[in-house]
Amino acid sequence: MTRVTRLAREAWPWTFLAAFAVWLATITYTGGQGSGAILTAALSFATFSVIVGLGQMLVFTSGPGNVDLSIPATITLAGVVAMKVMDTDNARLLIGIAAALGAAFTVGLANYALIRVLRIPPIIATLSSSFLVLSTAISYGRGIRIKPPPLLADFATARIMGVPLVAIFTVILSIILAQILLRTVYGRSLLATGQNARAAWLSGLDPERTRLITYVASALLAGVAGLCLSGFSGGAALNMGEEFLLASIAVVVIGGTSVAGGKASVPGIWGAALFMYLLVSMLNTFGASAGIRLILTGVIIIAVIVAATRDTGGR
Amino acid sequence: MINAKMLRQALPFLSLAVVLVATFIIQPRTMSYFGLNLMLQYAVPIALATIAQMFVITCNDLDLSIGPFVGLVSCIGATLLLDNPVMGVAALVALILVYAAVGGLIQARNLPSIVVTLGLAFIWLGIAVLILPSPGGKAPQWLKSLMALQTPIIPFPIIAAVVIGLVIQFALMKTSLGVIARGAGGNPVALTRAGWSMFKTKAILFGIAGFFGVLSGLSLLGLTTSGDAHIADRYTLYSIAGVILGGGNFIGGRVSPMGAVIGALTLALAGSFLIFLRISPDWQIGAQGAILIIVLALRALVTRGGQVAA
Repeated sequence: MTRVTRLAREAWPWTFLAAFAVWLATITYTGGQGSGAILTAALSFATFSVIVGLGQMLVFTSGPGNVDLSIPATITLAGVVAMKVMDTDNARLLIGIAAALGAAFTVGLANYALIRVLRIPPIIATLSSSFLVLSTAISYGRGIRIKPPPLLADFATARIMGVPLVAIFTVILSIILAQILLRTVYGRSLLATGQNARAAWLSGLDPERTRLITYVASALLAGVAGLCLSGFSGGAALNMGEEFLLASIAVVVIGGTSVAGGKASVPGIWGAALFMYLLVSMLNTFGASAGIRLILTGVIIIAVIVAATRDTGGR
Repeated sequence: MINAKMLRQALPFLSLAVVLVATFIIQPRTMSYFGLNLMLQYAVPIALATIAQMFVITCNDLDLSIGPFVGLVSCIGATLLLDNPVMGVAALVALILVYAAVGGLIQARNLPSIVVTLGLAFIWLGIAVLILPSPGGKAPQWLKSLMALQTPIIPFPIIAAVVIGLVIQFALMKTSLGVIARGAGGNPVALTRAGWSMFKTKAILFGIAGFFGVLSGLSLLGLTTSGDAHIADRYTLYSIAGVILGGGNFIGGRVSPMGAVIGALTLALAGSFLIFLRISPDWQIGAQGAILIIVLALRALVTRGGQVAA
């Protein structure tokens, strides 16, 4: 099998191709106007979906039907905690980051504890905990909207030659995560556990420890997203995480990570996130209404999963 | 000696009883026809959505689109159904057929239902936003009067919940169709070998789910009297929580219709209970999460106790 045909069998090259095609269609329509600006905006917004998508990908990979529904609540909690602790003061930036990530870490631990102790499916465990986490965020974040400290806002909105700094930071994070999946004991255990937890256990791996790390990692990534997002959009809002429940699942699935577990794709998440955002901006350019955009998003998700399932011979 | 299975089945009822009694103690005035009516009226659409979710869970799938679907039905009900009843009914029937087709598609192509229904959620929301870009429209008069029905002695929401629960309990547990439905979740291979079509079974189960989604949307519209695309976004989570609170399992076709209705009532009551406790509304959702965790913990305890005894 040549390199090209092998690449064509993977999902992620297609996501980039689709993203490129959509971008091309958009700038053809505008006659080349704002082609760079669209890319910059796409990178900015796609980055947040990528950060949470990476966490959701780990959870998906850990086994069939595994999903983290507490991501939106964790994003909100981390954002609210960070803004309150930082209190617009640059000097308190590090304490704020530590507090936000600490809160996210706790959510991850709690999720794992619920799954392990109550022996309930992850979807129910993360659903129940998300209720509690969201309430904590709402109750803690009462009152006026607090602005992010200038340093955080600068970091979140800075650009180097049109490329958002957060996007560069996330690319590095993605490369590290891809290497972790490929080369570390945790990464190999995660893939093995996702394919067959019992076989992984019998071959001397520790599926429970792997799951623990997975849920904590997913929560921490949601925390990072919450931090960046509140810096980017001028403060934490109580509904800031909402759109990321569906987005995190969509980018993971479109990117080629298997819903059945045991197969992850880091580049696919980037391709899918860029594709999703560029698609929305294309429809905006064409003057489509919000309803049409939503319908097309749904149709694409279903079409992708139908196509992907056929390619793998019906998992 | 009470065995673990009985205890497990009694758990949903005990949970509801605890919340109900606690509410009565804190606010005795709720122990009246009017009080119960007020506290439980929004439980009816939630219970219907929970039943819809339960039919999907029966065949080992999960429906992430039921919330937006209920919202879409409320939008159609407040516009098309009011202006042109024939077209309105046709649209609702078409929606049910789409639900059935999706069930068939999931079975035929062996697709993960979470992802397919996630896509559907976007589609329902999109159509609803096209119909009603902002909340509005008007509920048909018959719907409003139905939901405001003053039944003698026992408040309407309680009668509705019990009737819904009992009818479906009977249909699913005592009829041959119910056995096939549960078999689709319990052992699909055995069902296929026995000559039943999994494709048809799943299409029918999803179609029934769509039907109850329509009922949920219409009953919600009767209460709110105007349509809103986003009105039921939380219903997806509520319906899953309700099925689980009511003793349903995610796999194996083990569900309990009466339990699901009870679970929905418990969730709806918990809201009022917390208001009476003067706990800030901020903790409303959190308390529902806490109730869910407590019930699941009790169930885990009961199940483990049963295993030790056996």
